[in-house]
Amino acid sequence: MKEHMMVAALENGSVIDHIPTDKLFTIVQLLDLEKFKEEVVIANNLESQVMNRKGLIKISGKFFSEAEISKLAVVCPNIRLTVIKDYKVAEKREVTLPEELTNIVKCANPVCITNNEPMKTVFYRMDKDTLKCRYCGKEQKLKDIKLK
Amino acid sequence: MKNRSIVSIADYSREKIQYLLDMATEFEAHPNRQLLKGKVVATLFFEPSTRTRLSFETAANRLGARVIGFTDPKVTSSSKGETLKDTIKMVSNYADVIVMRHKLEGAALYASEVTNVPIINAGDGSNLHPSQTMLDLYSIYKTQGTLENLNIYMVGDLKYGRTVHSLLMSMRKYNPTFHFIAPKELEMPEEYKLYCKQNNIHYIEQRDFTEDTIADADILYMTRVQRERFTDLMEYERVKDAYILKANMLGKCKENMKILHPLPRVNEIEYEVDDSKHAYYFDQAQNGLYAREALICDVLGITLEDIKNDKTIIG
Repeated sequence: MKEHMMVAALENGSVIDHIPTDKLFTIVQLLDLEKFKEEVVIANNLESQVMNRKGLIKISGKFFSEAEISKLAVVCPNIRLTVIKDYKVAEKREVTLPEELTNIVKCANPVCITNNEPMKTVFYRMDKDTLKCRYCGKEQKLKDIKLK
Repeated sequence: MKNRSIVSIADYSREKIQYLLDMATEFEAHPNRQLLKGKVVATLFFEPSTRTRLSFETAANRLGARVIGFTDPKVTSSSKGETLKDTIKMVSNYADVIVMRHKLEGAALYASEVTNVPIINAGDGSNLHPSQTMLDLYSIYKTQGTLENLNIYMVGDLKYGRTVHSLLMSMRKYNPTFHFIAPKELEMPEEYKLYCKQNNIHYIEQRDFTEDTIADADILYMTRVQRERFTDLMEYERVKDAYILKANMLGKCKENMKILHPLPRVNEIEYEVDDSKHAYYFDQAQNGLYAREALICDVLGITLEDIKNDKTIIG
């Protein structure tokens, strides 16, 4: 509950919680929060019962699209996303890796067609940390994944 | 309309494989027909491959189709920066079926998604080469009378050899026993060994390639050990002669054993072996014609029944 005292409550927006501390700034970059004009709170190394230390981001006036959520899931599976509307929790969900990712991930195989044509990539989730390219069939580990 | 493209045959059912083998058998009996009269087959070889192209073009010609296409992307708009999609869209206006070879992996699948004209994958990089697999299956079926319960020995470059990987996967439903004979640097990749384990395919890995180690083979599938595949040239020098099939190694082999090779051969099968009754690699290449006749007809919706009742047979 400590962090809730440190920052003002959100009226409308999103809270990304349970971020591993070493992933916090990756997510800040991914969401391009530097350029965001409304109120943003970024916190790190907060105490957490679940994961010892964690990062947290509160973004006022921001609601994520499914594509953005998929990107978050690739970079950082198992974060928690809370949507706040009118000071109330409108939705709370664990962000997990979807079974299929369209145009989110870049294939690591330089001779894959997706890296040589103006086209969308498609990846399938094989297990919790492996994706497989629909086109070249190469499997890649989530920790090595690059986003498109 | 359902796109009847053939990008991969790895997931084909036993029934579908048998159906295509039966088609190829019909074409072997009567390869020359007018079944595809009035049809246009495009052969788009974004990457040169004389052997595969000639085989496909012969198949199309012997069935009465006309052939358009290119053999070298340098002469096409690809070299001007045209995308694969645009080339495929353009050719789709002209042809009834597109046979394509491309150096990029996944190119054939992508092509099949951007057009309603059926695509036949004639090789996409080191990824898939289903017509080669089909002719390998047909060669095995024809020489052994079955695809079931065979001892298949794969020799040479098992790391980069696309044909051995495709064959391995397409044989999984027939209870084979594989023997992988390769130098350490070119051994069967982990992912395919895992594939074998997951599919309960029995395999044995060995380094020695001798008269005794191949005595139990039904099929000896030879591949080329290429110098450029080695990071350690000392290793290449050490193993380069260890995986050459010599005529004097055939003394103990089974009566029914046949030697296959996707060709081109360099030195991995001695020329004396050519005279052996076990040598089958040139017949295998000829089987490619019948297998490809079957694939072209299948994507055009021509059935086995149509082929059996075909009134257009020539000679």
